[in-house]
Amino acid sequence: MTSAPATAPPGVPTDDADPFAPDVLEDPLPLHARLRDAGPVVYLSRYDVYAFARYEQVNAALTNWQGFESGAGVGLSNFRHEKPWRPPSLLLEADPPRHDAPRRVLSGIVGARALRTLRERWAAAAEDLVDQVLAGGSTELDAVPALAQAFPLRVFPDAVGLPPEGRENLLPYGDHAFNAFGPSNDLVAKGAPRVAELSAWVNARCAREELAPDRFGARIWGAADRGEITYEQAPLVVRSLLTAGVDTTVHGLGAVLYAFATHPEHWARLRSDPRLARVAFDEAVRWESPVQTFFRTATTDVAITDGVEVPAGRKILMFLAAANRDPRRWTDPDAFDLSRDPSGHVGFGMGIHQCVGQHVARLEAEALLTALARRVATIELAGPTRRHHNNTLRAWESLPMRLREA
Amino acid sequence: MNGAVPANVVSLEVVTKTREADGVVSLMLARPDGRRLPDWTPGAHIDVVLPTGITRQYSLCGDRFDAHAYRVGVLREPDGRGGSAYVHDVLAPGDVIGVGGPRNNFPLVPSTSYLFVAGGIGITPLLPMIHQADLLGADWRLLYGGRARESMAFRDELSAYGDRVRVVPQDERGLLDLAAFLGAPRPGVKVYCCGPPPLLAAMERACAAWPPYTLHLERFVAKEQGAPARSGPFAVELARAGVVVDVPPHLSVLDAVRAAGVDVLSSCRQGTCGTCETTVLAGRPDHRDSILADHERAAGDCMFPCVSRSCDDRLVLDL
Ligand code: FES
Repeated sequence: MTSAPATAPPGVPTDDADPFAPDVLEDPLPLHARLRDAGPVVYLSRYDVYAFARYEQVNAALTNWQGFESGAGVGLSNFRHEKPWRPPSLLLEADPPRHDAPRRVLSGIVGARALRTLRERWAAAAEDLVDQVLAGGSTELDAVPALAQAFPLRVFPDAVGLPPEGRENLLPYGDHAFNAFGPSNDLVAKGAPRVAELSAWVNARCAREELAPDRFGARIWGAADRGEITYEQAPLVVRSLLTAGVDTTVHGLGAVLYAFATHPEHWARLRSDPRLARVAFDEAVRWESPVQTFFRTATTDVAITDGVEVPAGRKILMFLAAANRDPRRWTDPDAFDLSRDPSGHVGFGMGIHQCVGQHVARLEAEALLTALARRVATIELAGPTRRHHNNTLRAWESLPMRLREA
Repeated sequence: MNGAVPANVVSLEVVTKTREADGVVSLMLARPDGRRLPDWTPGAHIDVVLPTGITRQYSLCGDRFDAHAYRVGVLREPDGRGGSAYVHDVLAPGDVIGVGGPRNNFPLVPSTSYLFVAGGIGITPLLPMIHQADLLGADWRLLYGGRARESMAFRDELSAYGDRVRVVPQDERGLLDLAAFLGAPRPGVKVYCCGPPPLLAAMERACAAWPPYTLHLERFVAKEQGAPARSGPFAVELARAGVVVDVPPHLSVLDAVRAAGVDVLSSCRQGTCGTCETTVLAGRPDHRDSILADHERAAGDCMFPCVSRSCDDRLVLDL
């Protein structure tokens, strides 16, 4: 980060907003609208980075891995000049050719096809959880801990093959990892005291002997046995699952539950056609964008529009959330609408880095929503909601809800 | 077949056609609108649908960092069924052909040490692998055999790598000495070979004593895909919705199903992401995706309706 006030090149509008300030994290939508309207690319003077907020440019930047690399880090920090806080991810923070083999292996293990065998087990787990939550008729609960966190924490660590102890470390570890993509502000400072301990716990869980046989983690090690990745890569690929697989899903579930609590007509619609569960989840991912932003670094001068380019070596900040509500791409983008086709949203990214765990998240959401739709007639907010702030994620801290049994 | 290119395949223009050796031409392919092509990894191949309706598979041998062009090398096969002869004799720059994929059944696994063995046109999938190995600073060598020097393509490109590359024309120096090239079995080395069946068989024998998972082969028989299954319309029955949808040639199954009011989630719409995966209850899908492995394609129990079609008049889907 440069300290001198920097200026934008000609033709690029400047904005001095701090996208990681508390008021923006509380409600990012006004900033997103302002950046979209300012132009296809905007210079953010506070951090000396370029920003894309329109769908067209975000989508293009995500797919253009040749022009916008990930290997220099997908956060604000530039790994070319700064040492990362942990060894870089082989998936998220790597480019081809280094990215190829880890990606191929992991997408085989958590791809849609491989998950078929989990479908029934997760549906049963969701029924169980909903039974438990509803025991006693009409229920008031905080949907964040009771549903959005509870369900992934029930099924995902088992699927990875983690031992039961210490799973409570997963959420704070992920929360810190996603904060660390932003500037070193108070959110990062808040996580700092526990970083060493949490990292040590997560890293230890990536070892082969810690992981139950025939689960995702063991299968990653199995790929190393076959030479598809190296033994040095295996624990880092396991770590990717543990970092990226929990918080994101929790916040995606929070988003879809909040959407239904505030759109009763859509809840009724889901109940009459539970096959809409998957569409509902993707629409919620579009609408709330649990992963709000990621950075890339220009490998060369990259032309954005006529006469405007991002100079080589500069960071760009892609506002996935703003792209997902860009009226140039979506009709009535601020509406959560089950009749919309949310296909093409960039909430899971696009291109070679598109979220490798998206099928896991969808399957979890489908299981939970289907179980809820069977038992719950109405969902409504039962008190004031509270946001959870994170430099990268849009999340809820608390969603008090009233569930009425059918 | 009358030249109808199936709707699920992108149309690419032949930008250049270059003679690479006796009996070998290379084609550069690009989208007529200049947009990006789907990403690929070394070892990947594409399905090429010629205007005659013949579908052939060719390894991508260009630069993966160039998102706007694919390069394939095509050997004239005198005993072939007309695909390579068409490419050599008829196809010209400016022509448009259909391309499906890319898919990769021959991926490069990470290693610090590679031995590459190519027989004839089998050099094509190895070219981008070599580039990648070199980029990563791996220790690698190539043994490249062919009938005669003049028939061995891409020798100029390979000459840039100096003595890492050994070119062995059979008429000058006889058959490849695999044992000498491979040396004693040792762990950590990955061996990649592509070429005619006798070479592959010889490699299997030569690597028998090496650790498991050392040898990676690509059976380079340019298989006839049995043609894009059908150029006419077919029907898709949506079992759960209880409707039958007609799919005309210009519409994807996905779009036809959505037009009938049944939701299928999609994302990439090019058969690479897996979002639209659908269970097939009856009928044989005509797979056009880049996801399934060969045994999964053969099983025929699922398909990706954004690109895949039907071999039969009627396909029954779990929708
Ligand atoms: S939408 Fe991506 S495979 Fe069909």
